[in-house]
Order: sequence, then structure tokens, then C-alpha cells
Amino acid sequence: MGNYILRRLLYMVITLFFVSIIGFFIINIVPGSALDARINQLRQQGGEVSYQEIQSLKARYGLNDPIPVKYWKWVSGVVHGDFGESFTYQAPVSSLIGSRIGFSILLSSFALIFTWLVAIPVGVYSATHRYTIPDYAVTLLQFIGVAVPDFLLALILLVFASKVFHSDIGGLFSQQYQNAPWTWAKIQNLLGHLWIPVIVIAASATAWTTRVMRANLLDVLNQQYVQTARAKGLREVIVVWKHAVRNALHPLIMTLGTLLPSLISGEVIVSIVLNLPTTGPLYVSALINKDMYLAITFLMALSVLLVVGNLLADLLLAWVDPRIRYE
Amino acid sequence: MASNAGVFADEAAAALEPTRDVGRLSQWTLMRRRFFENKLSVTGGIVLILFYLVALFAPFITPYSVNNLDSNSQYAAPTALHIINGHLAICGVKQTLNKSNFTWVYTTDCNNSYPLQFFAPGFSYKLLWVIPMNIHLFEVPKGQRFYLWGADVQGRDVFSRTIMGSRISLSIGLVGVAISVVLGSVLGTASGYFGGAVDNLIQRFIELLMSMPTLPLWAAFAAALPHDMSVTKRYFFITIILSILGWTGLGRQVRGKVMAYRTLDYTMAARLAGASSWRIILTHMLPNAFSHIIVVAALAVPATILGETSLSFLGLGMLPPAVSWGVLLRDAQQVSVVESHLWLMIPAVCVILAVTCFQLLADGFRDAVDPYS
Repeated sequence: MGNYILRRLLYMVITLFFVSIIGFFIINIVPGSALDARINQLRQQGGEVSYQEIQSLKARYGLNDPIPVKYWKWVSGVVHGDFGESFTYQAPVSSLIGSRIGFSILLSSFALIFTWLVAIPVGVYSATHRYTIPDYAVTLLQFIGVAVPDFLLALILLVFASKVFHSDIGGLFSQQYQNAPWTWAKIQNLLGHLWIPVIVIAASATAWTTRVMRANLLDVLNQQYVQTARAKGLREVIVVWKHAVRNALHPLIMTLGTLLPSLISGEVIVSIVLNLPTTGPLYVSALINKDMYLAITFLMALSVLLVVGNLLADLLLAWVDPRIRYE
Repeated sequence: MASNAGVFADEAAAALEPTRDVGRLSQWTLMRRRFFENKLSVTGGIVLILFYLVALFAPFITPYSVNNLDSNSQYAAPTALHIINGHLAICGVKQTLNKSNFTWVYTTDCNNSYPLQFFAPGFSYKLLWVIPMNIHLFEVPKGQRFYLWGADVQGRDVFSRTIMGSRISLSIGLVGVAISVVLGSVLGTASGYFGGAVDNLIQRFIELLMSMPTLPLWAAFAAALPHDMSVTKRYFFITIILSILGWTGLGRQVRGKVMAYRTLDYTMAARLAGASSWRIILTHMLPNAFSHIIVVAALAVPATILGETSLSFLGLGMLPPAVSWGVLLRDAQQVSVVESHLWLMIPAVCVILAVTCFQLLADGFRDAVDPYS
């Protein structure tokens, strides 16, 4: 097992290495950079920016270097915790990204928990009451849930809330807590706002997972040991929940590999619509403004989130299913 | 009693029917039969055919060209249709200035009505990109504006724009998945057939692609495209970007199938008969895997459509003057705007409808692929 974790960690580092190369390359082949915008801004403020000044700015940010050299400089900085500087915000990237990544992790984890809390019971109910009206209703909801992209759901909810309740459900905090220090009241305020983005992000994942759970359980319920359990005279609740569901859960953990990317992607785009202080809005604006160090750091942070999540999923699978052997 | 026995015998024969057919009919006939049993997916398929027909004949159906502006009709509400003298008609609109707060006030005046003219001349276009024409499904008299689904901020007709937008939104799914299918089939077959180092390399590569965050990476790729690209070029690149990450699932499926076929007797027979690897792959394996490829492809189309919509919505995918459902939804980004102009969300309804139908269709395909079960 220890060997397996070690190998997985190594593989994780290799994956991240490739992501960083690909990401850095794509973000850097864009002609121009946010520095040009900054120089224009300096010019507009009245100051004549001399050629020397531009060159020194460019040298400071290493814009004249070829891409591999830039990459090397950036990576060696990252090792020491220096992620480069944002041109647009004129601040170190690490100071911009810290709290936002925290909220992203919070939202994605809550969305995952919500997905499972809803999908497992609904899937079990759907499978044990096959071809009844509630089962059909759940199936229809699943199709719609998968078909409505999360950003549209967010938009629809926003419009609905403001039309019916005349309230703004965007953001993560009420006005008065926006810049307040962390207190118990602020945490409560956060939780009060959090459920909407969590539901929006988790909606399509929940629909999909319910389908998977239903199919898994139907497979398991056909197996002989379930019949044996019934023949022994066990109550149906025990048969389903203790004997069948436990074995239907393993494939669900395996689907984490597909679920996590969709939750993380969902978090990025939903945050933009709902105006949440997470990675999404800043990442996209960094891409559009060609703020390269900010963009690549966000991309890497999201990849780390995904890769670590996948590793945890595999470990979880090994823990719940002792039949799995890792050589 | 005798007649009763006859009925029972008939019923027994009817029950046996499908099993008897299995040996007699071709696999494709069985699949087709199975598919048409699923009413929901057949409905999905029919709706999709309608969608694609509308997209093909889009300029004929739309009364205005996509960038036809009218500064007098900013956010005009959908025009109501009336039946006047037995004809579908619209009422005249009078624009008056409210002098107290200087906003335009629109009042409808049904004494001045204008009947809808069907198959009437309008702006010129090329039917199916070839035949020059100027006949449209419906038009209103000159000087009047007819907004079936309302107007946007520049007074452009949301109906015309949504219909024309379906061309990019619906085709990008098919084209993108076609590229994915080619990539996935070629690499998946190579991986499963040759095994060893090739297999290892391709599988590690697929794992690498699968452990990347999809949307953020798409966004990074799309942001690298220069802004001054022509619409066609951008369409081409966005399609490629969407399929770069999309082929991995298909590649795995094909690999699994090919690996299973490799150990089967007929492959061995073909090899002993002296068939080349190419021949075995092309005439024995791919046709067998074809139905599965279709299923996975049908499941991938909605994801690609949603991918384009998301990217364009973020301002990274298709850009104006191109029109796609995602581009149109950009106008609906501000809640304050959508709230008072709900018709701006109509493209969203189209996206949801198209994606649902594709899912139903794919679901039917999946059940039909295995007609022996």
C-alpha cells in the first residue's frame, strides 16, 4: 500500500509537470501581455514612458526571454513559494490566490458532499421502486438536470430570486460582512449564502450520480446473495441498505474520477455568474487580460485540486474495497 | 374450447416471435427494431431532425439578418400576434416620448394592423449556401418591425439571431465529435491491437489528459486564439480545442473492444488466412465496434454543445459578429437586464432542449446496441 501511494504521488508530480508545461506554453504564445496595458495606463496618467523604462519593466518581468527560459524562471520561483507577479493587480500572485483557492476547495467539497447525500438515497429509492411514478419522475429530473448547464441554472435562479423574492442571491457574504474579520456571525452569513452555489454546482453531478447509483443497485439486487439474505428472513430495509447498497457504492467511488473535473469546471463558471470570490472570475479575467503568471498559477492550482482529489478517491476505494490489490 | 386453444397457441407463438427472429434477421434490423420501441428516444430524434432542418434553412425562416440594427427598438418586447380579418397580423406601434422622464413609451394601435406576409421577399441570402434567394417564410410590410421573440439591446431580432445561432451551436457538436471519433478510434485501436509499449504510451497519455481540469484548460486554449481571427477560422479552432480533450473516453472504449476481439476465433482465423493487420482492423474489428462508437459519440455531442456555449458565454469561445447560442446568452449575463427582458433567455431554452434530446437519443442507441439482451 505504501509503495502504491508513493508511486501515485510520483505520477501526480509528473502529471502536474506536463500540465504546467502545456499551460505555460499556451498562455505564453498569446501575443502581447498585460504589461502593454500597464504601459498604456502609465502613458495616460501623463507620464512619458521612455524606451528605457519599458525595457526595464520588460526585463523585470522577463518578457524578452524565450518561453523555456521564462518557464524555468517561473518554476524555480514556484519552488520557493514565489508564483510571480500579477501585471493587472500589481501584486504578488500568491497574495491574490490564497483566499480564493480556499473558497474553491470549500465549494467543490460541499458540492461533492451534497451530490452524494442526495444521489445515494434517491438512487436507492429509484432502484427499489422501479417503474413507479416517482421513479419516472426521478428519471425525467435526471435528464433535465444533466441537460441544464450549471451556469444557466445559476442565471435562472438569480433571475427567479430577484423577481419573486426581490433579493440578490449572488456573492458569498452580505454587504456588511464583505471585508469584516472572521467572526462566528460572518461564518453563519457565509453558510447562509453558500447553499445556493453548492446546489447549482452539484445539480448536474447529482442527476448523473443518481443514475449511476440506480443502475449499480439494480445490478447488485439481482445477485444471489441478496436472494439468500431475503430467504433468511431479513427485513427488506436490512437487505437493501446493509447487503446491497454497500456493494453498489464501490462503482460510485470509481466515478469520482469523472465527477471531480465536472465539479471543478462547474465551480469556475458558476462563480462568474454568481459573482463569488473564488478562482473562477479572476482566472478568466487573467486569461482575457493576458496576465500570464496569475493565469498559469490558477490553472495549476485547479489541476492540483483535481489530482489530489483523484488520489484521495483511489485511496478511499482501496479502503472500502479490500478486494482491490495494488501491486 | 377449440377456439380458445387456438388463441392460446397464437399467443404462445407471438411470445416466441422475437426469439425466433434473432437467428433470421440481421443484427442491424434487430437494433433498429429495438430503437423504435423506445418512444422517448424516437421523439428526441425527431425533435433533433427538426432542429437541424431549421438550422439548414435558417436564413429562409428568419425575417431579419442577424446584424440588422434598429436603435428605435431597444429591448422591444415580443410582438403580439393577432388574428384580424382571418389573417395573422401584428398591430401598429406608436412611439411617444414621455416628457416627464424622457423615456420612450410604446403603445399598440390595433386599428392600424399589418397582416403577416408569407413567402414574401426580404433581405437576400443564399439558400443552403448556394442558391441566391430573397424569399422568406414570413415578412411584415416595410417600416414595421416584427419581433417574435423580442429584441436585444441594439434592437436586433432575438428570433432571427437564435435561429441563425443554431447553425454554429448545433454543428459544433457534430463536427467536434467527428474529430473526437477519428482520434479516439485510431488511437484506441492502435492501443488495443498492438498492446505493449504503444498501449502503455497511449494509455498514460489518456490518463494525463483525463486528469486535467476540462473547462479551465479549454478556456486557456481559447484565450490563446487571436481576437482578429475570421469567424470561420475561429470556429475551426474552437472545434479542435473542444475535441482535444474529448476523445479520451472514446479511445478507452474502443481499446477495450478491440482487446476483446483480438482473442476471438474469427480474428485468429483471419490471421491464419494471411490477412494483414490493416485488413483485420478495418474489416473485422472496426465494424464490430462501430455500434459502440456511435453510442459513445452520441453521448459526447451534448457535452461538446455545452462546451461551446460555456466558452462563448465567458467571452472566450465564438465572438461577435459570429452568432451562437452562447454568444447570445452573453447578453443575458446581467441579472438586472434579464429580469425585465426575459426573452433574452430563449437561447437557453434551445440549448436545454437540444441537449436533452441528444441524451434521450443516445439513451435509445445504447439500449438498441445490444439487441440480444
